[in-house]
Amino acid sequence: MEGDKMDNPIIRVRQLTKRYGNFTAVNQLDLDIAAGEIFGLLGPNGAGKSTTILMLLGLSEPTSGEIGVCNIDPVRSPIAVKRLVGYLPDNIGFYESWTALENLILTAQLNGIPYEEARQRSLSLLEKVGLQDVAEKKVGKFSRGMRQRLGLADSLIKDPKVLILDEPTLGLDPMGVKDFTSLILRLSREEKLTVLLSSHQLYQVQKICDRVGLFIKGKLVADGPIQDLASRLFQDRPRNIQLKVSRTDTQRTHNILKEMSAIKSIKQNDDVFHIDADETIVHHLAKELVDHDITIMQLQQRAYGIEDIYAHYFEGGLTK
Amino acid sequence: MTLNKNNNLYAFSILVKKEIADHIRSWKFIILLAIVLLTCIASLYTALQALKNTAPNPNDPDAAFFFLKIFTTSDGTMPSFHLFIGFLGPLLGICLGFDAVNSEFNGRTLGRILSQPIHRDYFLNAKFIGALIVIGTLFVSLILLTIGAATLLIGFPPTFMECNRLFLFTLLTIVYVAFWLNLSILFSVRFKHTATSALVAIAIWLFFTVFYPIIINIVAKAVQPNPYASEVEIMQYQHFMLTIMRFAPSQLYSDGTSMLLMPSIRSLGPLHMEQLQGAIPSPLPVWESIKVAWSQMVALVACTIVCFAASYYLFMRKEIRC
Repeated sequence: MEGDKMDNPIIRVRQLTKRYGNFTAVNQLDLDIAAGEIFGLLGPNGAGKSTTILMLLGLSEPTSGEIGVCNIDPVRSPIAVKRLVGYLPDNIGFYESWTALENLILTAQLNGIPYEEARQRSLSLLEKVGLQDVAEKKVGKFSRGMRQRLGLADSLIKDPKVLILDEPTLGLDPMGVKDFTSLILRLSREEKLTVLLSSHQLYQVQKICDRVGLFIKGKLVADGPIQDLASRLFQDRPRNIQLKVSRTDTQRTHNILKEMSAIKSIKQNDDVFHIDADETIVHHLAKELVDHDITIMQLQQRAYGIEDIYAHYFEGGLTK
Repeated sequence: MTLNKNNNLYAFSILVKKEIADHIRSWKFIILLAIVLLTCIASLYTALQALKNTAPNPNDPDAAFFFLKIFTTSDGTMPSFHLFIGFLGPLLGICLGFDAVNSEFNGRTLGRILSQPIHRDYFLNAKFIGALIVIGTLFVSLILLTIGAATLLIGFPPTFMECNRLFLFTLLTIVYVAFWLNLSILFSVRFKHTATSALVAIAIWLFFTVFYPIIINIVAKAVQPNPYASEVEIMQYQHFMLTIMRFAPSQLYSDGTSMLLMPSIRSLGPLHMEQLQGAIPSPLPVWESIKVAWSQMVALVACTIVCFAASYYLFMRKEIRC
């Protein structure tokens, strides 16, 4: 899937290092992001996510290493990069005594858009993010969620190719997070944007990211699609399957399960079976059970999600 | 490439406009503007009153420069215009600059502006240029209004020579306020809290207006020569005192304005009797007046530039992340 796309990544980072005195914030980072994908940069606070983002934008100078954003080096020509990249910082600030519209128009004008066009574009973006009713209200009165929406509009106003979001869901309530992530997803698909977002909140990001990178103590410890990542990281761990069948079929089921070679252990609890297996056998198992005319009430493979990945790297992964 | 350049200029003009709009809308500026306007009107009024009651002596070499006298005369109840500006100008400069960078940093708008495709120094330059335009407009209109009002009241227009000197006086005033502006911008880059930068700037201003003269008095007492000392020693003492006085920016400004507004002044330091012998008490041409206070004016401009360069240096190396 990544083959030809990755030959020409839109963001390309090689051996990127940033030191503050003795402290290494980013340590020899290699990263490729293909055009059009949503990439999640995950990691705990202080892992170096924001520093990496600032370096991608040319707002901070790397100690060493190479960066290419749309084949442009942000260290040498930050302005060209900033023209193509929309950036939503964590805790974005607006001029509080200005209206939402005025704030957007200012950003548009700084991107060289003349006033009338800037106004038009701002109004249509405000509508896209659902703030058309408060366009003339002062930003000082906005809630956190509204600010984030305005921030998204602000980063989209230059018609960017790449959108970089730093902790976009921080401080939003669960409903707000859901709205906001789906807004990001919708807008990025509509505008065919490449999105790089950083977060330490797993669940929220898991849903919309095509690929994630795990960032811990300045190092990228793993990257890939979430499911891939899980199967890669946990391939040596037994698959955990939970099966529930009709009460009348329990004995027959037990016999079938015993005959399957891939199954390592079976724990039976009345009509519920907990099965440990070497490989992914759910479909075999289902086929077998259906062939024997067993009524399946529930068949579930415990998927290793992003949280397991996270926990894995937080608990023991650091030394690897 | 030309499009690029135009784009850059456009973005810069937008930033400057934003600065000017911010200043004009802000309460601190409106209040200070009111104070400056009121005191200036008051001092001009007392000057005109004083001039009305005691018309300048025809023997006075400055009598021909009536309009200049408006800015330097006082009837004793209030200080004259140029002294007032020397006193309030720094406050105006500090008020326009003390929160220039750190308030945007704390409000997290700095990162947002700098992530737009503009050069990093545009931000700081716009802060300076915006405030400078506000100051310039303020003083130009203030002095033009005064001249206009005086023309209406007394019935004759200023001469070309007076206009020249008033123009230079306006310029010098703007440079003087710009110095304080730059100093406070420097502190706003250096200090994270707006309160700190404001207090440090005001402390420096207070030091030079209140404590520096006291220190100078103490030094003067200590190094004062014997009244029977030789003339050379007394001259040396005088020069030394003048030199240390001129470390205060307000002294530089007042030296410069005195030279510009009082054309008969020939020297800012002590003069020998021999030097005055044979001199005709007549006003100096503008260029000669400028020459007398040249070093003071250059020093003031240099201080302004040094402050700006320092804030530029600090700002360009500042980490944006909050």
